[in-house]
This record gives sequence, C-alpha cells and structure tokens, in this order.
Amino acid sequence: MINIHNLSKTFTSKKGKVDALKEVSLEVKKGEIFGVIGYSGAGKSTLIRCVNLLEQPTAGSVQIDGTEITSLSSKDLLKARRKIGMIFQGFNLLKTATVYENVAIPLKLTGVPKNKIDERVNRYLDIVGLADKKDSYPAQLSGGQKQRVAIARALSHEPEVLLSDEATSALDPDTTDSILDLLLKINEEFGITILLITHEMHVIQRICDRVAVMENGEIVEQGHTLDVFTAPKHPTTQKFVNSIFNFQLTGDIVKSLRKTGEIIALKFIDQSSEEPVLAVVAKKFDVYPNILSGMITQVKNEPFGRLLVHFKGETGEIQRALHFLRNQGIQTDEVIRYEDNKRIS
Amino acid sequence: MKTINAFLEEWGSYIWEAIIETFQMVSISLVISVIIGLPLGVLLVLTRPGKALENKYLFGLLNILINIIRSVPFIILLFFILPFTKWIVGTTIGVKGVIVPLVVFTAPYIARLMETSLLEVNRGVIEAYEAMGIKTRGIIWNVMIREAKPSIILGLTIATIGLIGATAMAGLVGAGGLGDLAYRFGHLRYEPVVMYVTVGLLILLVQGLQTIGNRTAARLKKD
Repeated sequence: MINIHNLSKTFTSKKGKVDALKEVSLEVKKGEIFGVIGYSGAGKSTLIRCVNLLEQPTAGSVQIDGTEITSLSSKDLLKARRKIGMIFQGFNLLKTATVYENVAIPLKLTGVPKNKIDERVNRYLDIVGLADKKDSYPAQLSGGQKQRVAIARALSHEPEVLLSDEATSALDPDTTDSILDLLLKINEEFGITILLITHEMHVIQRICDRVAVMENGEIVEQGHTLDVFTAPKHPTTQKFVNSIFNFQLTGDIVKSLRKTGEIIALKFIDQSSEEPVLAVVAKKFDVYPNILSGMITQVKNEPFGRLLVHFKGETGEIQRALHFLRNQGIQTDEVIRYEDNKRIS
Repeated sequence: MKTINAFLEEWGSYIWEAIIETFQMVSISLVISVIIGLPLGVLLVLTRPGKALENKYLFGLLNILINIIRSVPFIILLFFILPFTKWIVGTTIGVKGVIVPLVVFTAPYIARLMETSLLEVNRGVIEAYEAMGIKTRGIIWNVMIREAKPSIILGLTIATIGLIGATAMAGLVGAGGLGDLAYRFGHLRYEPVVMYVTVGLLILLVQGLQTIGNRTAARLKKD
C-alpha cells in the first residue's frame, strides 16, 4: 500500500547539512498497522512527512497504492492527499470553529457536495464518540477529545491510508490507550492502513502488526512486532523493548545471587505464558526457582511474558531444567552482563 | 443650561459637520486601506521563506516598500505625494483629496498589523489543511484569516485610532474634521471651549472604538 524506496532527505542550513533520512526503505501492506519507533531526532517525523510530501524528499521514491507521489503535479498531489488522512501530536484543530465545523469545513473545501457534508460529519463524530460535543469549541475539550475530533476530521475524507505523527505523545496513559483502541477499531472496521510514528514502545506493542526501529535516519531493525519483541537484535531495539519490561536489579544483588545458582531470563510467547511451568520445574527437578521480576503483557493480540528467575541448585540440574523449559517453547537466556542500576535484558 | 444652549446654538452645526467629515474620512480610507492592506499582509506572510508562495524577491520588495512609506510622517506625506493624489482623484483638496494620502499612510500600517496577526496562526493547523489536499486559497480564508480574526480586529482598532489622529491634519488641505475644528477655532481664533469640546469628543470616540474592538475580539476568541 505504501512503498518507500531508498528515501533520503538532507536539510541544508547555514550551519551545514543534516541527513535526516538515509536511503530508507519500507513497505506497509494494505490493511496493516505499521509502526516506526525511534528517539527524538531519529528522522521518523521527517519520514512520515515525506509520505504525503509535507516534506519534499531529496531522493528516493514514495508510492501509495502504486502511484508515485514524488512526481505528481501540484493538482494531482492535492487529490492524492485527500486519500491520505493525517493526525498530529498537536491535534491542529481550528480554535475558532466548533467540533462540527472542524470536520465540516475541510469537507466543504475539498468539494464534497453540501447535502452529503452533514451526514458525513455526524457519522464520523459518532464513530469517534463525540456526537454530543458537536457545538463545543476545542478549548472546551480534553486532549483525548481533541484528538478524536482530529481523527473524525481525517476519517471524514474516507482515506485509504492514515498517517499518525506522534498522535498519542501529548496524552496521558489512559487517554493514550483509548485513542489506540480507536485506531485499532478504525483499522479493523474500515480496513484503513495505518502508518504511525512514536517514541513509545507501548504504542507499538498495543496496536502494531509490524514495526521498524529508526536511529540516525536509518532503519536499524524491522519485522513483526512479536518477533521484534521476543528477539530484539539491535541495541536500540533492545532498549525500547526493555522500556516495557523494566527489570531493575543492582549489580550487588546479581553478584550475591550468582553464588548459589543462575539468573535466567525466561520469555513466554503465545499460550506458553498461560501454563504454570515454573511450578512444574520445581517439582520435576532439584532446583528452586525464585522469581526476581516479571510481567505478562500483550503484543497486539498475543500474550507475551518475561520473567527474571533465579534458579538455585546444581549447574547440571539447572541445565536439565532449562532444557525442559525450552522444550515447552520458552526462550531462556542466561543473564551474563550486569551493570550497576542498569536495566537487565 | 443656558450657556450650554448658547454654545450649541453657536457651534453645534460646526461640530456636527466636523464629526460627519471625520467619520467620512476615517470610514472611506479605512475600507480602502483594508482592501489594500489585508492582501498585502497575506502576501507578506505567504512569500516569506518556507511558506506556501515563497518568493524572496517579492517579499523583500514589499518589505522595503512598506518600510519606506511608514518612515514618512503623515504631515509630510500629505504634501510629498500631492502630484500622486492629483493624478489619482483629480484634486488635492477637500475630503476627496485627503483620502489618497490617508490610504497611502494607513494601508502599509494595516499590512504590517495583518502580517503580525497572521503569523500568530498555529503553523500546525495550516499544515493539517495542506495535508488534507486543500488549496492555498482555501487555507488563506478558512484557516489563516479565520483563526487570526480576533487579532485582526484588535489590529484594525489600532489602525482606526491612528487614522483618526491623521485626519486632524486633513484641515491643511481643507478637508475639515474634528481635528481641524479644534485647531482653527480653538487655537487660531482662541475659543478654548471649542477646543475642549472637540478634544472631549475625540476621547469619547477613541474610548468607544477601543471598547468595541476589545469586545468583538473577545467574542470571536474561543479559547
């Protein structure tokens, strides 16, 4: 649906050149939610803005549904943009217009027939759950409600693609979740392809089918969300994954625990997170598992858990126990490196 | 009471006439100045670097031109552009003759005020409308001017008050008005009461305008 190939963007200023994007390639398939995650300055914002040409790329191509966006005439670009919805971190609503007008004005300006405008505005305000706020002004709404208006505004053009530029970054955790659920609903019910950028792993984990990790203008890792979560390869990806699983153990604790056994990180994917394997291990082998830290969460629709466990016992017996766990479909990683007060992965 | 009646009898018609003249001069030149100044302000915003109609030559030219005109005090401008005035309206005296210099004086001022107001409009909203495939023309009216309206109203209030001040000098070309009345009768013919009354009227006028401007802006502002 969205095909980005070797996209580069160089900003030239008096201070010199900055390569915001370096030959970035990615493909977003029809109907999926694709997330791009990265820290500030990684180039993700530039990337998403190149998709609808709010930013003119220096080189490379962007195709949406087979149409090359970068070579469109300005008239055709206007038309193409109408099929690409976009929502922003700052909501970007008209302050002087009511919720209803905020959705209706762009429809009028893009030439939607008058008799259809009212019906569309009402339909999409209903979908985002703001039918009763029609006559309010943005200043009277909460952040989450403002983003809902922005989503209704984007949907009212009945786009095939929705771009989300840090849409939840200005919202509190609860509101973020409700907006994410709304995006998921839009994706599932209307089949709208979503490309989103974020710096919150939580957003990726909750709704994205696939994810790309960006750093210094490059994609350093990409794949299915669950794969990236269970086996992050690049250090930056690992940092993001660990931001969800925040296991903080100090070096001292690790040192003293090592004397009596081994510290193992267990990763449970899919149904394996629902079974009491540790209890089974304790009964079957001569080891004493002691949970140091852990959590079970969901990656999109799949349960995924991580436990940091101290196995007390003889090395041979521990190895046998770990072998048994691996046969149950559980990933086991020995925790070797530890640094004071650093997160352990 | 008697003195008031006597005063009104003697000066009432002069004052009334002066009010009408001031009103004419201000309203006509304000309308023309807005018609010229608002598009200029929009152009100043849109042609600057990084904006939709980026054009550094046009932007630079407008910028310099506006600065030059704004450097000249009205009383000098009034005489300085006499040939231009004559060429445009065929006369250099009376209300008609003063409208041209008033417009030349006010339009660049309004352009600057509009520029400032329009620059305050959230860049993100404009971007959101660009992303929706809306033409620049639609964005100018429905985003920029709409969102800047409270600020534009306040700017126009300031411009109008400045315009009233400038009309005081219109008497020099025989266009009359309140300022002229205060000067000719109050100062030259030494009738202090006429001076006080006209000044009082001007104060009321300015106070009233500012109040209306503030209230309108507050009503339009929705945040």
